[in-house]
Amino acid sequence: MRDQGLYCPQGGFFIDPVVPVERAVITHAHGDHCRPGHRAILATPETGLIAQARYGAEAFGRVEGLPYGMAQAVGGVTVRFAPAGHVLGSAQVVIERAGVRAVVSGDYTRGVNPTCTPFELVPCDLFVTEATFGLPVFDHPSLEGEIAKLLASVAAFPERCHVVGVYALGKAQRILAGLRAAGYDRTVFIHGALERLCDLYEELGVPLGPRAPATTARKDFAGEIVLAPPGALQDRWSRRLGDVLPVGASGWMQVRARARQRRVELPLIISDHCDWEGLTRTITETGARTVWVTHGAEEALCHWCATQGIDAAPLALAGRGEDGDGD
Amino acid sequence: MTPFAHLLETLAFTPGRNAKLAHLQHFFAQTPDPDRGWALAALAGTLDLPHVTSSVIRALVEERVDPVLFRLSYDYVGDLAETVALLWPGKGNGTPPTLDEVVGSLRMAGRTDRAAVLAQLLERLDGSGRYALIKLCTGGMRVGVSTRLVQTALAGPDHPLEDITEMWFGLEPPYLPLFAWLDGGARPDLDLSLAFRPVMLATPLDEARLADMVPAQFVAEWKWDGIRVQAVATPEGRRLYTRTGEDISAAFPDVIDRMDWHACLDGELLVRAGADVAPFADLQKRLNRKRVTAKMMAERPAMIRVYDILEEDGEDLRPLPLETRQARLAAWVGRVRPGGVDLSAPIAFDDWAELSALRAGARDDALEGLMLKRRDAPYVAGRPVGPWFKWKRDPLEADCVLMYAQRGHGKRSSYYSDYTFGAWVDGPEGRRLLPVGKAYSGFTDEELVRLDKWVRANFTERFGPVRGVRPGLVLEVVFDAVQASPRHKSGLAMRFPRIRRIRWDKPIEEAATVADIRALI
Ligand SMILES: [Zn+2]
Ligand SMILES: [Zn+2]
Repeated sequence: MRDQGLYCPQGGFFIDPVVPVERAVITHAHGDHCRPGHRAILATPETGLIAQARYGAEAFGRVEGLPYGMAQAVGGVTVRFAPAGHVLGSAQVVIERAGVRAVVSGDYTRGVNPTCTPFELVPCDLFVTEATFGLPVFDHPSLEGEIAKLLASVAAFPERCHVVGVYALGKAQRILAGLRAAGYDRTVFIHGALERLCDLYEELGVPLGPRAPATTARKDFAGEIVLAPPGALQDRWSRRLGDVLPVGASGWMQVRARARQRRVELPLIISDHCDWEGLTRTITETGARTVWVTHGAEEALCHWCATQGIDAAPLALAGRGEDGDGD
Repeated sequence: MTPFAHLLETLAFTPGRNAKLAHLQHFFAQTPDPDRGWALAALAGTLDLPHVTSSVIRALVEERVDPVLFRLSYDYVGDLAETVALLWPGKGNGTPPTLDEVVGSLRMAGRTDRAAVLAQLLERLDGSGRYALIKLCTGGMRVGVSTRLVQTALAGPDHPLEDITEMWFGLEPPYLPLFAWLDGGARPDLDLSLAFRPVMLATPLDEARLADMVPAQFVAEWKWDGIRVQAVATPEGRRLYTRTGEDISAAFPDVIDRMDWHACLDGELLVRAGADVAPFADLQKRLNRKRVTAKMMAERPAMIRVYDILEEDGEDLRPLPLETRQARLAAWVGRVRPGGVDLSAPIAFDDWAELSALRAGARDDALEGLMLKRRDAPYVAGRPVGPWFKWKRDPLEADCVLMYAQRGHGKRSSYYSDYTFGAWVDGPEGRRLLPVGKAYSGFTDEELVRLDKWVRANFTERFGPVRGVRPGLVLEVVFDAVQASPRHKSGLAMRFPRIRRIRWDKPIEEAATVADIRALI
């Protein structure tokens, strides 16, 4: 651990550092994991493309793409990426040296995510896990069921415009893909801030179905589904849409007070992270004897590890909070 | 239980009244008896279940969940019922119980096996069902639904709301005869002697109409600044209702104890301070208490100032003209000499000018204005236009400066529509503003758009959801009264403040001082 973030001394690189460094290995392109300004980054090709789409081609000195499963020597260690199931390109970093294997999960989910390669379990000695939803109250239901709730509400209130608050990377595309999987083939209207990444997902082979900007002069949005960043949902932007029914889509929606605080009328529990069962199952399945916990409710997960006879310690990483853009 | 749990969930996230009504109507139409009746009781607060304490529930969950994980989860979620609902292992085994089964088994359980019965029920429910069940047992549903709103959801063209409120007190959960009637069956046969009679309400007087009104056809009375109540006493019992039919007997035992007569009276509930009527805030204090202490009753005794009689010894007087009812009332008061009750005497007047002068001269705080009532009008439920008018005192007003704004709810959630405004005080560092009130209404939609724009352009700091704004906009605020209040920094509390005009033109230096407003007390 260093102030800049998680550091691998034998390899001479940081993983997801919060300030610009010489050499960074990046798990995925969310803002709390991938900051601009590094001299060189190593990431999956998809993460590299998304990061450059978000921050500009000049944001990093050198971007090196390493596909899932390919090993590369970095300093004194071997590095490879394993799919994390979180967003397109998201990876766990697998580091090996002298028969010892460490896995840094980044953000991950074991739930269904039609927009990216599913999580791959990598047995290891040291597992660095996220714990965004690291409390046993989090039990995320299926994507299919939550999408069905949204469609039922659209059918029940055809005079209203359902506006779903989503982040630009990951959540927007997962909901689009979920709608398509449920057979919804109408045009989905999207906020301008979501367009570029949706287009990029399609270029990278993830079909998202018919979309149109929600900013055109089209007057009547009754009965339609609109995707917009959470900030725009409760702001002036949404007024043009008429009688808006605000929809939340995040793991936080499981807790009423949280959902109400965000003033949604329809809370959908759609999370791109693991719920409690997913976290504890993954830790068990990796067989790791040592676990470091980052990103959220470390205390509960460390306590659980202790009851299972697993050594666990919290890693307090700066710049990570629940307002990161990937919940 | 599952449909009821879903209803609670939906209601909790539905801010609009009409949308809430639609959800309730859908539920009552889809859910069979007796579950819909138990649900109605739960929402209206009439479901009497043995109370389960939070420590019992806590103990149940700690038998099943690691206590450290429970504590961390509870800290995070903040609500016991929700924490337990989410933490309880399993997703519901077997058939979920019906609401009827839940009510039946909880009522049958003794003190010793209540916890075990509850645990068995929780086992068979999913998360939202568990949440609903725990809320049922511990009380505090908090879904923003009043008795009136559920009753409104039941009403329809053939089943008027007045009829439902009238029969409400003769009915008991699970309300089978009520639902049978709503479904087209026979009207329930009830003893309504102690029931609330839907009240007759007045419309605001349009002064331009006075010219066409014949003074001799009207009775004038003072409009007292208390709360409208209906006091019913029969050999079966005694009740004190608000004008919406809420039973407030428990908060006013000093009134109930002295109702040793048989009648139904309509009047104003007031509290006294010595020989005078105490300020409305004192009445409010008593109203808010579930249990009233002897000290409160001694310091602020309650009384009823009556102006109408709806029933006397079992005789329904409502069809009689007001003039006759008032004569009967005066005679009744003279004969019975009821304790804690006095007569709101009619005001003698010859023409509107005379009455108008009386109204303008009324300085007593306990007076809200005047009532004008047609002498020949029977007592009818609702708000018919014509027989009764309220002629309120002109509101007080002050020019105040906008200080903070907050977003509204529902349709207004994207607008800064709740405004806190202040008045000037002189301090050691010069003049500054102190908040004196808060208003949400009185402006048009177009004005709201303009106000919202102004707030966004002038916002300076953020306190959670509240935005501080640069002092720069004067609001002309009107209010019904202002009282001294040690709870507020300014030492003032306004009653029903609303915005009358937005003074885009007025310099803020010309706004009122706190002292100006205090002078209106
Ligand atoms: Zn993250
Ligand atoms: Zn992420």
